Amino acid sequence: MAYVTEQTRAALGAASPGWAGLRRRWLRFAGQLPVVPLAILVPFVLVAVFANAIAPFDPTDPIPGAKIFAPPFWAEGANPTARLGTDFQGRDVLSRLIFGARVSLIVGVMGTVVAGGIGTTLGILAGYLGGWVDQVIMRITDAWLALPALVFAIFLATMVGPSMWNIIVILGAVYWTRYARVIRGEVLSLREREFVKLSEIAGASSARVILRHVLPNVLNSAMVLASLTIGVVIIAEASLSFLGVGVPPPEPAWGSMLADGRSMLMVGDWWLTVFPGLCIMMVVLATQLLGDWLRIRLDPQLRNL
Amino acid sequence: MARFIIRRTLYALVTLLILSLTIFMVIRLTGDPVTLLAEPGAHAEDLDRIRAEWGLDRSWPVQYLTFAKNVFTGDLGKSFNYDMPVSTLYFQRLPNSLELALAATLISFLIGIPAGLISAVKVNSVWDNTGKVIALFGLAVPGFWLGLVMILVFSVWLGWLPTSGQGSWQHLIMPAVALGWYFAASLLRLTRSSMLEVLRSEYIKLARLKGLPGYVVIAVHAFKNALIPVLTLAGVNLVVMINAAVIIEVIFAWPGIGRLLYEGIFQRDFPLVQGVVMEAGIMIVVINLTIDILYAYIDPRIRLTR
Repeated sequence: MAYVTEQTRAALGAASPGWAGLRRRWLRFAGQLPVVPLAILVPFVLVAVFANAIAPFDPTDPIPGAKIFAPPFWAEGANPTARLGTDFQGRDVLSRLIFGARVSLIVGVMGTVVAGGIGTTLGILAGYLGGWVDQVIMRITDAWLALPALVFAIFLATMVGPSMWNIIVILGAVYWTRYARVIRGEVLSLREREFVKLSEIAGASSARVILRHVLPNVLNSAMVLASLTIGVVIIAEASLSFLGVGVPPPEPAWGSMLADGRSMLMVGDWWLTVFPGLCIMMVVLATQLLGDWLRIRLDPQLRNL
Repeated sequence: MARFIIRRTLYALVTLLILSLTIFMVIRLTGDPVTLLAEPGAHAEDLDRIRAEWGLDRSWPVQYLTFAKNVFTGDLGKSFNYDMPVSTLYFQRLPNSLELALAATLISFLIGIPAGLISAVKVNSVWDNTGKVIALFGLAVPGFWLGLVMILVFSVWLGWLPTSGQGSWQHLIMPAVALGWYFAASLLRLTRSSMLEVLRSEYIKLARLKGLPGYVVIAVHAFKNALIPVLTLAGVNLVVMINAAVIIEVIFAWPGIGRLLYEGIFQRDFPLVQGVVMEAGIMIVVINLTIDILYAYIDPRIRLTR
């Protein structure tokens, strides 16, 4: 780089804020972080990661000698070791909630990654290549959009059989359509931009243009969509598990805990229903808030998405 | 207009074709369909007999053509458990699902539209913020959990409403709220953004300049136009609610299409599951096509641009 003169270098050096500036920027960034969603999400993530260390009991084995359907600690007849009560096998509800966080978050994040991966790839291909590729991909997107997502997921889960990784793939396969639509739209306008045109004129291959110029420019939208998909995927997983076609027992998932608690609802054993539902609600609420924050921060044009 | 209708109809047909192909492929890629059709532990001869009976011994393209032909002539196969055609079962349950979906739509209107309207008219006020909180909870609280909590509170603790079943309006309230909840939130968001867009437009400024009172501008000029996308969404939602209310119908023992699907899953009644899914897809594609055509009829710009 012979063109970089001493003066430019000096200018660059002056522009570089140094360590103090870095610290200031990080502080400013931290100050702008959304407090409420992170205050909810971070504990859930920590609990999910360190479930083995935190959970007082094994989530899949009954507590030896414990009564079934013991209420939470403050109610009469509670088991002092099982703080949030026990379920129909005498298993500790708290431990199951803790391990359930792991299932929900893994399925939520991985399902979103799969959906985003499929949708973004297909959206870019459809938008950039155009022609019959575009037609084929968009007609498939239309067809998959025609089925209510949950019905489609139930159908796939019935066919494939229950396991956590199957559910991840299924939810990814159901929820990619929105990415494909949005990303294709963006690529259509990116394709007309000068930096893409110039790169093509300079002889760059399609693969290179896509990887170097198109992909980085649609990642923001993909991130925003992802933050909004996580909550949907978590609720879908809970729904499938509730219906018995999701994460199979004895694996503790919040949805199947709700299904287990349902029969005891009539006699008023509320804790089996209320706690798992509250967990789902808080996690989804936090991801929605985080998504809103990200959306406004990354792309004001997507506000009405 | 004729060209538009023809092109849209062709698209819809292609969509249905891909949909049926997807369902067909999923069933065959995830295992041998014979094992889904036969009793567990059936003999090899039995399996062969079933294979021949269902035409599963033929090549895939032949099988698909038969399947597609049956779907397009309205023959969705026969349920094992009921020993009845799936389409008969589907249409038997349809009125129940429709009843629930209409009630849920009404509830989502009652919550979503007024709240969205107030939020838009009084942007960034207390009302708007309340609306935002409602919308947020509508998306974050799973409808089926809301249903369970309502059963706990209103049936078990207070004893006001029956826990499940169908019959009187008391039976309808809780499932309709649980089902309409999520859609109320989406209607709220859409009403708000649609109203905001209309309120920014030139003709609203003109109406205000003419000196019309504020409520006339909002009620007569703005709301009427803002309602178009809202009603479209409500139409689509209605069809989704009819076909996708699986969990709500299970929780409240509501004898609708969703429960039919659930029964199909648990009794391994595979033609029933396939048929209900296909039927749901057909219904939604047809509704979408109708909406597209109506839109083009109302708004000529759509005909030209697409």
